[in-house]
Parts: sequence; C-alpha cells; structure tokens
Amino acid sequence: MTIEARFALQQGGFRLDVDLTLPGEGVTVIYGSSGAGKSTLLRCVAGLERAAQGALSVNGAEWQREGLFLPVHRRPLGVVFQEASLFPHLSGAGNLRYGLQRTPAHERRIAWDEVVQLLDIAPLLARYPQTFSGGERQRIALARALLASPQLLLLDEPLAALDEARKAEILPFLEQLRARFAVPMLYVTHSLREVARLADYLVLLEAGRVVAQGPLQSVLSRLDLPLAAAEDAGVVIEAEVAEHDTQWHLSRLVFSGGSLWVARCAEPVGSRLRCRVLARDVSLAHERNEQSTIVNLLQADVVELAPTDSPAHVLVRLDANGTSLLARITRHSQARIGVEPGARFWLQIKSVALLR
Amino acid sequence: MLSAEDLTALWVTLQLAAVSTVLLLLLATPLAWWLSQTAVRGRVLVEALVTLPLVLPPTVLGFYLLLLLGPEGAVGGTLERIGVGHLAFSFSGLVVGSMVYSLPFVVQPLQNAFAATGARLFDVAATLRASPLDRFLTIALPLARRGYLTAAVLAFAHTLGEFGVIIMLGGNIPGETRVASIAIYNHVESLDYGAAHALALTLVVLSLSLLTLVYAVNRRARVVGVPG
Repeated sequence: MTIEARFALQQGGFRLDVDLTLPGEGVTVIYGSSGAGKSTLLRCVAGLERAAQGALSVNGAEWQREGLFLPVHRRPLGVVFQEASLFPHLSGAGNLRYGLQRTPAHERRIAWDEVVQLLDIAPLLARYPQTFSGGERQRIALARALLASPQLLLLDEPLAALDEARKAEILPFLEQLRARFAVPMLYVTHSLREVARLADYLVLLEAGRVVAQGPLQSVLSRLDLPLAAAEDAGVVIEAEVAEHDTQWHLSRLVFSGGSLWVARCAEPVGSRLRCRVLARDVSLAHERNEQSTIVNLLQADVVELAPTDSPAHVLVRLDANGTSLLARITRHSQARIGVEPGARFWLQIKSVALLR
Repeated sequence: MLSAEDLTALWVTLQLAAVSTVLLLLLATPLAWWLSQTAVRGRVLVEALVTLPLVLPPTVLGFYLLLLLGPEGAVGGTLERIGVGHLAFSFSGLVVGSMVYSLPFVVQPLQNAFAATGARLFDVAATLRASPLDRFLTIALPLARRGYLTAAVLAFAHTLGEFGVIIMLGGNIPGETRVASIAIYNHVESLDYGAAHALALTLVVLSLSLLTLVYAVNRRARVVGVPG
C-alpha cells in the first residue's frame, strides 16, 4: 500500500521536480519554507495543475501517467485549504451534503453521525458560514471533505490562517481523524509543531526538490539536515503510559529506550502518547547522577556529531536501545568529557513536552 | 389619457424589453463566464467590443445594424435567400438591435459576479466530485444571482428608453416597431404636448417602480443574511 508520485512542473522561474514513494496510510507531512513548492505539489496530486507531467498512483489506483489524466472530480480525494472555502450560499449541512451527494452509495464509508459528533459541529449545521468563527469553518471544511469518503485526504496548511487558540482547538480533531478513519493524509505545513504532533512520515521540500524523506523519527534525528541545526531541533518519541503516581502527580511513559516521568497526564494507563525532547534540554554525563533535580535519566550510545548554527555548540545523535535522541552541547564540554562516537553516556533530560 | 395607439406602442415596448432581456441573459451567460475565467490574450479585444455599444452614438449602431440586417446586408441577405426575410423594419430586427444595444449592461454585471466568486470555490467543488457543468450550475450560478438581477433590470430599463437604434433600424410601424419613445417623439413633432406628457410620465413611473422593486428585493436579501 503506497502512494507513488512523480511530478515535473515549470511555473515561471520555479521548477517542481519530485519523485516520491509514500506510505499508503497514516499522515505524511510535507514540510518546507514558503515557496518550496509544497502547495504546488499538493495541487499536482489533486489534479488541479493540469500542466504537471508525471505519474501518480494511490494504493494501486492510477490517477495520472503518460496518456492518462484523471480530472479532479473523478479522483476520490478530499482537500482542505488554508482558507476554509465554504460555499457561502449553503448552510453548514448543505456544505456537508455537497460532496456526500456526489459520492456513489457503494463508495460511502464514512458515516454522517460519526463525523458530526467527532468534529462537534451539530450546532453549526443549520447556520450559514458567514456566522462561523475561523475554527468552525475549518471543522466544517474537514467534515465536508471526509463525507465524500476520500481515498486520500490533502490538507494544505489547514491551520496557518488561525490564531494560536484556534490551532489548539483544531489539532486534537486532526489527531482523532488519524485514529478513527483509515484515510491516508498528505499534510502541508511550515510549522514544526504540527510536524511533531501529526506526522508519521516526513518529506522535506526545498526549492521544488525533495531534500529528505522517511519516518518522522529518523528524519528528525538526522544531523545533515537544516532541521537539526536549528535552535529548536529535537526528536519525537512515541511512548506508552505505564503508570500514574498520585502522590507526586506524575506519570511514567515507557518506550524502547527506557522510561520518562512527566507531569501527570489524563490519558489512562496503556494509551500511546507523543512527546518531544529538544536537543537543548539534553545533557550528557559519564556517571548516573541521582543527586540532581533531573529525574529523567537514560543510557545511550553516541552515534555521530555534527556542527550547529552556532560555533560554540555541537549536535550529538545518540541511540538509546533503538530510539534516536539529540543533544546540543558546547564544544568545550565535548572536548572536556570526551564525547566521541561509540562512547556510552547517561542522558539527563531536563524537559519532556507532551504533544497534544 | 393614453390613446389606443399609445397603449399599443407601450405594449410593443414592454414586449421588446422582455424578449431581448431574456435572450440576452441566455446568450451573455457563456460569454460572461468565458470572459471571467479565461486568461487568453484576445480577451481584451472581446471586452472592448462588448463595451462598444456603451460609447457609440445609437445612430451609428442603428446605421450599421440596418446595413447588416437589411435585404442587402450579410445577415439580412442570407435570411432573405433562405426564405425567412430580412430583419430591417421588423420586430425581430428590433430585438437584435436591442440586444446589441444592451449587451454591455448584461455582460459586465455577470462577468463581475462570476469573477467575484474566485477560482478557489470551483476548485473545492471539483475536489468534492462535481463535474464542470455541475460546478457551474450549483456554485457559479447561485452565487451570481445578484449579478443576474442587476443585469436583467439594467437591460430591461435600458431597452425601455431605446430610441436612436430603433429609429434607424425599425422606423415607425404601429403595432410592430413603433415603441413608446418614438410615439413620444411623434407627439412632440405634432406639438401634442399633452399626449407626450401622458406617455413620458408612464415611462418614468414604470422605470422608477421597477428600480424600487429591485432595490427592495436586494435589501431584503441582505437583511435575511443570504450571502451574495
């Protein structure tokens, strides 16, 4: 089950040239700065750029190749744009029905009630889009796309036009979509935070070309990419809630590299969570130091080192029993305690951010 | 007040305005849609041509239409040969003339209404499995309905007041091509100011009521919150 996309497109001075094989499930985030060609790539996949040369197949179904170009309305996909683009002459329900009515009955896999409940849009159905807030618009746009039972959901910076509070309102819905519906998503963003929360697979795009691609953890922990040099470089760890400590209001998360204590979370024991560990919050020590305020201690081996955006610092990639972690330390410390590939250290993790 | 002849002239005027407005709306729709969507270089020439009747003296327009539609003209001659008869000095000829005369008043509101909707909504509709015709009927047309109202009223009212084109092309045949504006002109020529008054005032009242109705409908639509 894969999505294979190969496109070449010349638009004035800009050239898009990509050849991708993406997982046919989960969330693939296409990340890059503005002007990198992310939205153009998405438009090519949707069939909105007729000039694009190339080939596209989605989980076995051919949408485009030499001599074949399925027009947009014949592709079973859903698109959510940055501006919600609701039909202003239709009510909330009318907007939802637009795609649903045009989906043949035997292709409908996603139920009205489930979508309405999941996105919490029942109060919006009888109202018109002019009265919606930005977040409400995006929820209706998401529901509308889902109800057409797409084989592929394309999201073009769906949160970029919203303020921080609205973003925080929509993100959990997106996570639930991923969990509830088996619809692969291509998600375009230039926000690392959205990458960390949503991505299973990551594609880095720069000036119309793919710079790197791979499962989220492996791309985030690569030292040769511009992501790593940034000040907020870090890794994302998928962990399971192992226990709650009621006395100290803490929760213990376990993953292949060990366990991490975080402030008590609401999720029950056994649920899976994502957390982010920034490279600048990780320090290294030869000895296990229990006499410190830092409770999260993991053992890991140094794999490689790389320069950062600052001449004073160096970035270290470590392996903790299969999980990659990054540490940003000074060159001075590196020389002083001998941080070299192969050496084993205790990692002191000052802060773990739960992603939600 | 109004003589039987004046009533006939008024009736011809209303028929002319109604028929040419309906035909214009139908014919101008594809033209306005194409103008709103295309980026072809020749577009500007087409736009200039569409606007031409707005700036030309109606007599110039009527003169060339007379040549074109008359028995010796390219269109009129052809119709003559296939046995339909040429169009000069006939009601059909006036309909053609009125359509050319009011063309910009229909194309421009429609083109603006279509353009105001923007490409994004059509893209979205396409991703929701709507074919091009489906998108036009369910998105473009309903969102352009104010444009249609404006276009219809302007074309109708503009045709009510048509004079120059008709006098060149249609002459003065009672019950066929004598419209209200020509009847008024005849009354003034024969110094019958009373009759001219009656007919002129009728036209004023008619046009004013029409425009008032449209503005009232437009405002109600806005108050109810139906988007446009």
